[in-house]
Amino acid sequence: MQTKRTIFSNRALPIALIAPQLVITLIFFIWPALQAIRSSFEREDPFGLRTSFVWFQNYTRLFADPTYLSAFGRTLLFATAVTVLAMAFALVLAAAVSRVMRSANAYTTLLVWPYAVAPVVAGILWWFMFNPSIGILPYVLGQFGITWNHRTSGTDAMVLVVIAATWKQISYNFLFFLAGLQSIPNALSEAAAIDGAGPFKRFFTIVLPLLSPTTFFLLIINVNYAMFDTFGIIDGTTSGGPNQATNILVYKVYADGFLGLNIGSSAAQSVILMLIVIALVFVQFRFVERRVQY
Amino acid sequence: MAAIEIASVRKVYPGNVEAIKGIDLSIADGELVVLVGPSGCGKSTLLRMLAGLETISAGEVRIGDRVVNRLEPAERDIAMVFQNYALYPHMSVRGNLEYGLRNRRTPRDEIDRRVKEAARILEIEPYLERKPRQLSGGQRQRVAMGRAIVRKPRAFLFDEPLSNLDAKLRGQMRVEIKRLQRTLGTTSVYVTHDQLEAMTLADRLVVMNGGVIEQVGRPIAIFERPETVFVASFIGSPPMNFVPVSELGADAPGLPAGTDLVGIRPESLSLERPEGPALEFETIVELIEPVGGETHLHLRHTASGRTLIAQMRGRVVEAEGSPLRLWCSPRALHPFDTRTGRRTD
Amino acid sequence: MVENRPLLNIATHLVLIIGVAIVVFPVYVAFIASTQAPGTFFRGVTPLLPGPAMIENYTTMLTDGMSTSGAPPLWLMLVNSTWMAVIVTVGKISISILSAYAIVYFRFPLRALCFWIVFVTLMLPVEVRIIPTFAVVSNLGLLNSYLGLTLPLIASATATFLFRQFFLTVPDELTEAARVDGAGPVKFFIDILLPLSRTNIAALSVIMFIYGWVQYLWPLLVTTDSRYYTVVMGIKRMAAYADQQPQWNLVMAAVILAMLPPVLIVIFMQRLFVKGLVETEK
Repeated sequence: MQTKRTIFSNRALPIALIAPQLVITLIFFIWPALQAIRSSFEREDPFGLRTSFVWFQNYTRLFADPTYLSAFGRTLLFATAVTVLAMAFALVLAAAVSRVMRSANAYTTLLVWPYAVAPVVAGILWWFMFNPSIGILPYVLGQFGITWNHRTSGTDAMVLVVIAATWKQISYNFLFFLAGLQSIPNALSEAAAIDGAGPFKRFFTIVLPLLSPTTFFLLIINVNYAMFDTFGIIDGTTSGGPNQATNILVYKVYADGFLGLNIGSSAAQSVILMLIVIALVFVQFRFVERRVQY
Repeated sequence: MAAIEIASVRKVYPGNVEAIKGIDLSIADGELVVLVGPSGCGKSTLLRMLAGLETISAGEVRIGDRVVNRLEPAERDIAMVFQNYALYPHMSVRGNLEYGLRNRRTPRDEIDRRVKEAARILEIEPYLERKPRQLSGGQRQRVAMGRAIVRKPRAFLFDEPLSNLDAKLRGQMRVEIKRLQRTLGTTSVYVTHDQLEAMTLADRLVVMNGGVIEQVGRPIAIFERPETVFVASFIGSPPMNFVPVSELGADAPGLPAGTDLVGIRPESLSLERPEGPALEFETIVELIEPVGGETHLHLRHTASGRTLIAQMRGRVVEAEGSPLRLWCSPRALHPFDTRTGRRTD
Repeated sequence: MVENRPLLNIATHLVLIIGVAIVVFPVYVAFIASTQAPGTFFRGVTPLLPGPAMIENYTTMLTDGMSTSGAPPLWLMLVNSTWMAVIVTVGKISISILSAYAIVYFRFPLRALCFWIVFVTLMLPVEVRIIPTFAVVSNLGLLNSYLGLTLPLIASATATFLFRQFFLTVPDELTEAARVDGAGPVKFFIDILLPLSRTNIAALSVIMFIYGWVQYLWPLLVTTDSRYYTVVMGIKRMAAYADQQPQWNLVMAAVILAMLPPVLIVIFMQRLFVKGLVETEK
């Protein structure tokens, strides 16, 4: 691991400096994670008096449970939809902003602030917009003969949370795409123009390939966001309903463990989620650090 | 001010890489010693060991009457000028000059007096309140010098301080450093890879190679009598010509026993035959470089096919590609034994 | 731009205007709703033009809150949120810059292990270890306290990495010059390294403040006493009641107030915000 050529020779000081970070990490991160792993192998009796070691029973039950498996599939659908939509929108906007010179800053300002909106607030904003009795969007949809009710229709509810989650994430993706676009040397576009490529052709043959490191990085970040940071959006709007239609994995851990008090199952779900995060972080550091180079 | 004594000093890096292989050197009080050598020869490492920025694996370093092996840099009472100046970017010039003094709890009026004096000597008074980034390269260099001067240390350590400047400024600053060092009389160790800088600055020159000292002496003495093949090839510009004795031909003069290589300075080759015995070189002119007051001739030695360089006063009007006969007095030869790498006379 | 194509330029601006409209519209609707008189939301559609009751709604929310929802007045929750965001920001930056300093400028036993322990925090978001973390905080008696709200959030791998990255770019000669000038590790840190890190600290502060402000799940778990409610979690409680008792004008006033501080920070410190965001994720 890298250090400086010149280092200070003190022994106790660095340990004192890093101690606060270590203590907090050990107490609030590592210890609870180990506890979750332990609980995932245990079951409490119905009165919460005794726990017994049950090996992988919590896991096998989980994977035999159709509601968990469908939550898995639902999460996949949700994450894919949010990632694709948020990245596509952001890319279009970033490409447009990088084309305008004078007003780029103004547009950027108008586009980035949703980053600072809490997920639960984003959820509530769209929930209100889509409110079946007074919301503006169901009224507009009604004019086209479409009835909207996310309280009863699972599809409508899923569309609602996807839109809210996408809306919040556009600003983040936009900034990274814009930074990526601005780091592509102008000379490349000019060379392509001299070679006779029009603006659209240039975008797809020059700009997009050169942007692939950013795209890949955002892909990981967006999947991560959709899977974990959207808890507030779900809890602020549908609470996983109607009839489980928006119950994604991260919400289910909370619902089963905190509301349903099924500790063993919730712990097993936690461990599975941890493995997913570890895989994502691994992919990010393994492949994004050594970005696709040209 | 103090003398510096370096005794059997070695530096071994992890993995048994020996950067300094046992060095002895005495530097007198007030002397300006220049360490010169190619990159990787250990000159910077040696300087940093004097400064206390590298640990000393073996041996002893004394500054004045103290062994400083285990002392922190600040406790050694030395000042250092770095290649990239290492000015604190967030402090004004004044702040940079004061920092070391404040850390030593120097009284306020003393600090002010010294900063004022250093600023006057270095002519940086107008810039005292500016930040380093607002200064030119030469001005930053002066501030870096100022930071050393205000401390009134026992010794100045210079680590290639001029290599970030352009050629013209480098020449000016070289003269200023020499003048300043004379005025202050502070013991100084100066590291450079530029032999012109080394020759002009040094009271005494230390030529290093591969972690050892090749030769120590006054610059002119080293130039006139290099003790090893390495020193002969490293000091002097254009570099010395080397010809194996076997290629000298029949008119080779009596050379000391063991000699198998002779060195000839480019300026020792002449167009006129000197008095007494002389070596003759039949050559073809390949390239003529007029360098103002003198001319460098790149020649092909017909007998051996080697490239020789000759340095002539004034302009030379030979045509490129034409044959040219040159002479050299045997007294100007530097005889070497390649098996030991040392001089034979 | 390589060539001049007026039509494409117009299309570009059109795309951007539509994009901005989509991004802004929900907040516009929320703001309009927050200016309506009580009773507007019993029937019909949300109006699209401001109503007469803006000052009244906001005053009510700030001073009294929505009593039916069991949430305290908004001013209290805003204060709590500010506290939480500020403590998280200061805490995260302090412990991260210190640990980065230890990792970069010292060699000590188990240094690599320490680095990896810090790294692990990236892999354990609070959402996946809810119950055991709650148990730890509860056992430590930190429920319903600012310490409980903030302490488990202030370990930060990203901030540590950012500072480490920055420290590695600080020239070695600067450290050496400081050592020759008589500065030990503490003095060097305070006199040289900290001032050099100013911009990075500022940029990171913007990101961390937002991070602290938008926290939802954690405050939801550790606060049962309404005196410690943060505004983001308080809003959810109000919204949950708005379906039975449609006081959307009040809920939306709270929503606007809850968004305003971090959004204003992003808008007015855009340069620092962008720097912080792009560099922490590198």
